[in-house]
Amino acid sequence: MSILINRDSRVITQGITGKTGQFHTRMCREYANGRACFVAGVNPRKPGEDFEGIPVYATVKEAKQQTGANVSVIYVPPPFAAAAIDEAVEAELDLVICITEGIPVRDMIRTRYKMQNKKTRLIGPNCPGIITPDEIKIGIMPGYIHKKGRIGVVSRSGTLTYEAVAQLMELGLGQSTCIGIGGDPVNGLKHLDVMRLFNDDDETDAVLMVGEIGGSDEEDCARWIKDHMTKPVVGFIAGVTAPPGKRMGHAGAIISGGKGTAQEKLEVMESCGIKVTRNPAEMGKLLKSVMA
Amino acid sequence: MDKAVNVEFIGNNNQPQSSSMIELYWQYIKNGSHSDGDAGMKIHEYQAKEILQKYGVITPKGIACFNADEAADAAKQLGGDAWVVKAQIYAGGRGKGGGVKLARTLDELRQRASEILNMRLITHQTGPEGQIVHRIFIEQGVQIEKEYYVGMVVDRGRQRVCLMASSEGGMDIEKVAAETPEKIHKVFIEPFTGLSQQQAEDIAQKIGIPASCLPQAVTLLQGLYRAFDETDASLLEINPLGLVTGDLVMALDAKMNFDDNALFRHPEIVALRDLDEEDPVEIEASKHELSYIPLDGNIGCLVNGAGLAMATMDIIKLYGGNPANFLDVGGGASAEKVTEAFKLMLRNPKLQAILVNIFGGIMKCDVIAQGVVAAARDIQLTVPLVVRLEGTNVELGKKILADSGLTIIPADNMADAAQKAVNAAKTQPA
Repeated sequence: MSILINRDSRVITQGITGKTGQFHTRMCREYANGRACFVAGVNPRKPGEDFEGIPVYATVKEAKQQTGANVSVIYVPPPFAAAAIDEAVEAELDLVICITEGIPVRDMIRTRYKMQNKKTRLIGPNCPGIITPDEIKIGIMPGYIHKKGRIGVVSRSGTLTYEAVAQLMELGLGQSTCIGIGGDPVNGLKHLDVMRLFNDDDETDAVLMVGEIGGSDEEDCARWIKDHMTKPVVGFIAGVTAPPGKRMGHAGAIISGGKGTAQEKLEVMESCGIKVTRNPAEMGKLLKSVMA
Repeated sequence: MDKAVNVEFIGNNNQPQSSSMIELYWQYIKNGSHSDGDAGMKIHEYQAKEILQKYGVITPKGIACFNADEAADAAKQLGGDAWVVKAQIYAGGRGKGGGVKLARTLDELRQRASEILNMRLITHQTGPEGQIVHRIFIEQGVQIEKEYYVGMVVDRGRQRVCLMASSEGGMDIEKVAAETPEKIHKVFIEPFTGLSQQQAEDIAQKIGIPASCLPQAVTLLQGLYRAFDETDASLLEINPLGLVTGDLVMALDAKMNFDDNALFRHPEIVALRDLDEEDPVEIEASKHELSYIPLDGNIGCLVNGAGLAMATMDIIKLYGGNPANFLDVGGGASAEKVTEAFKLMLRNPKLQAILVNIFGGIMKCDVIAQGVVAAARDIQLTVPLVVRLEGTNVELGKKILADSGLTIIPADNMADAAQKAVNAAKTQPA
C-alpha cells in the first residue's frame, strides 16, 4: 500500500503562484501519476486563474470541495506558512506537507496547538516532502533517483535522504515510501509516527531511519521499536562531530545543555536492538545486511 | 559620543531603594555560570533587562557604559554607596573569569571599570581565546536574602514553552538538574492562554518564595512569559532571581536569546545586535546566506544540505581526519555563492584540504561544477581540492571539472571522497 500517499492522492498546492511553488508543482506533475494527482492551487488573490491548467481557488476549503483533494503541499513564505497549515487543517484534509523553511517557532507552537484533536496529519515544516516511488511525489526531492520497492525511509534531512536512497539503489533496493519529516524543532509527524505506519504497511519490509543531533525523537522512536516493531530497522545519526550550542544549519539541529548528541542517540538505538552505522557511506549496506 | 544607556528603575516605585542594602548579589556571579541554552540571536544582560522592565519585571537600577568616565558618572547618577561593575559579553561565567567586580567608592569604581574594559575575558563559554570586553554595566548594589532560578525554553517534545524554576539560584542549572532534579519545577504553558495566575502562584510557592512576595512574583513570572512570547525568544534565563531586602523579587541577571526565524518581525531586537560579539567569519557567511560554523580541524567541507554537511564532517573524522568547518551552501548555490564559500574556508590558516560534497537534486551538478571551477580560478586555490558530485546532471558536472585544467581530485562516493581528502591533507605542510 505504501504509506500516507499513493496514486489516488489528490493534491492542492498552497503557494502555487510563487516561483518555488510553480517550479515544484511542474516537477511533481511530471512525475509518475502527477498529472492526475495535482488537481488544485490556492491563492486568495487569484481565484479563477489557473497554473498551466491547474485551477486556482481562493481557499483550501473551496479547492477541496471542487476537486475532492485530500492532501496539500505548502510553499508559502515563512511569515504566512503557519496560517497556511491552519487553513488546511480547518478544511480537514488528511495530510499537509509543509516545505517552507524558516517558520518562527512561536507560530508552529500555536499551529500545533490548534491541530490537537484534528484529523489532519502534518509533515514538516522545513522538509523535502514525501514520495511513493513510481506513483506520486509531493515535494522537492529529485524523483528519478527513486524506484518502487519495499524499503521505507524516514529522515530529518533533505540531501542526506537522497544520499541514503542512492545507496539503496546501488544495491538494487527500491523504496515503498520515503519521508523527510523536516529539520525544525516543532514539527508534525515524528520518526515514531512514521515508524508505526511503516510497521503496519504490508508493502514495507524494512526501514532505514536517518536522524541528526537535537531533541529526542530518535530515542523515543527507538524505544517504541524495541517493544513494537516487527520489521528490521537500521539507523544513522548525523552530527557526531557537531560542537555543542551551535545550530547546524537546521533550526532543530542543536546540542543543547549536553542533550541531543548523536552519540547518545546512537547508544539508545543500539540498546534497543537497532543496528546503526557511524559511517554515512554505509547506510545502504547496513540495510541490506538485515534483509532476510 | 554619548553611548550610555540609562536604565530606569521600573516596577514597584514605592519600595525604598535604600543605598545601604549593599551586601550585593555579588556572590552569585562569583560562582555564576549559565546553561549553554539555545542558539539564536543573543543580546547583552543590560539589553535583556531593559526589555523585561517593559513587562513589569523589576531589576536593580543600572546604566551601560563604554569607558571609565561614563562609569563614574553612571555611579553618581545611580547613587548609593556600592555598585557592581559587570562586563557585558554574551558568554556566561563572567564572574568566575573576573568580569564582575564590586566597588564601594567612586575611585574604586573607576579602577574596576578600567580593569574590566578591554580585558580579554576568558570563561568556560568563550573558549580559550576569550572575548574582549567593550561594554560594562554599572548596577546599584542590593542586599540579597535568597536566590532562585527561573528559565524558559521551548520544549520540543511537548511543543510548548516550558517555565522552569528552582530554589537553587545562582548555580549552574544543569548541575542542579543532574544532581537534585527534584529541586527543579516545570510548568508547560498553553499558547493562547499564557501563564495563568494559578500556575505562576503554584510554581512560586514550590520554589519557596515567601507568601508576602507572591503577588509580585506572579506579576514577574507572567511578565517574563509575555516578554518571551511577544519577542519570539528562544531562551530566557533569570539566574538568579533575588529576594532582596524590602521583600522584593528582582531579576539580578538576565539572559535572552531569540529565534532567528522570527527576527523579520522584530527590528527592535535586530537593532540590539552587537557585531563585536560575533565571529567575523560567521557574520561574513550570513551576508551571503551561507550557513557556516568554524571548527578546529584542517579539512574544509562545502556541502549542500545541513544533514549531508554534518554527515560529511562525521565521515572525515571516521577516516582519521578533522573537519575545519560546517558549511551548508543551501539549495540554490550560484557560482558567486560557491566562490564566497571557498573564500570563507581559505581564511582558516590551518586549512590543508577542501572536500566538496554535493548531492544534486534541484541544484544541478553542472551548475555547481561551474561554480567550483570559477571559484578555484578566481582565488588561486592553495590546498588540494577533492570533489564528489552525485545526482542531477552528474556526468556533465564531472566533465566540466575534468576539462577545467585545474588539479581537482575527483571522488566517486562519500567514502572515497573522505579518504582522498584525508590523504591529501596529510601531504600538506603543517
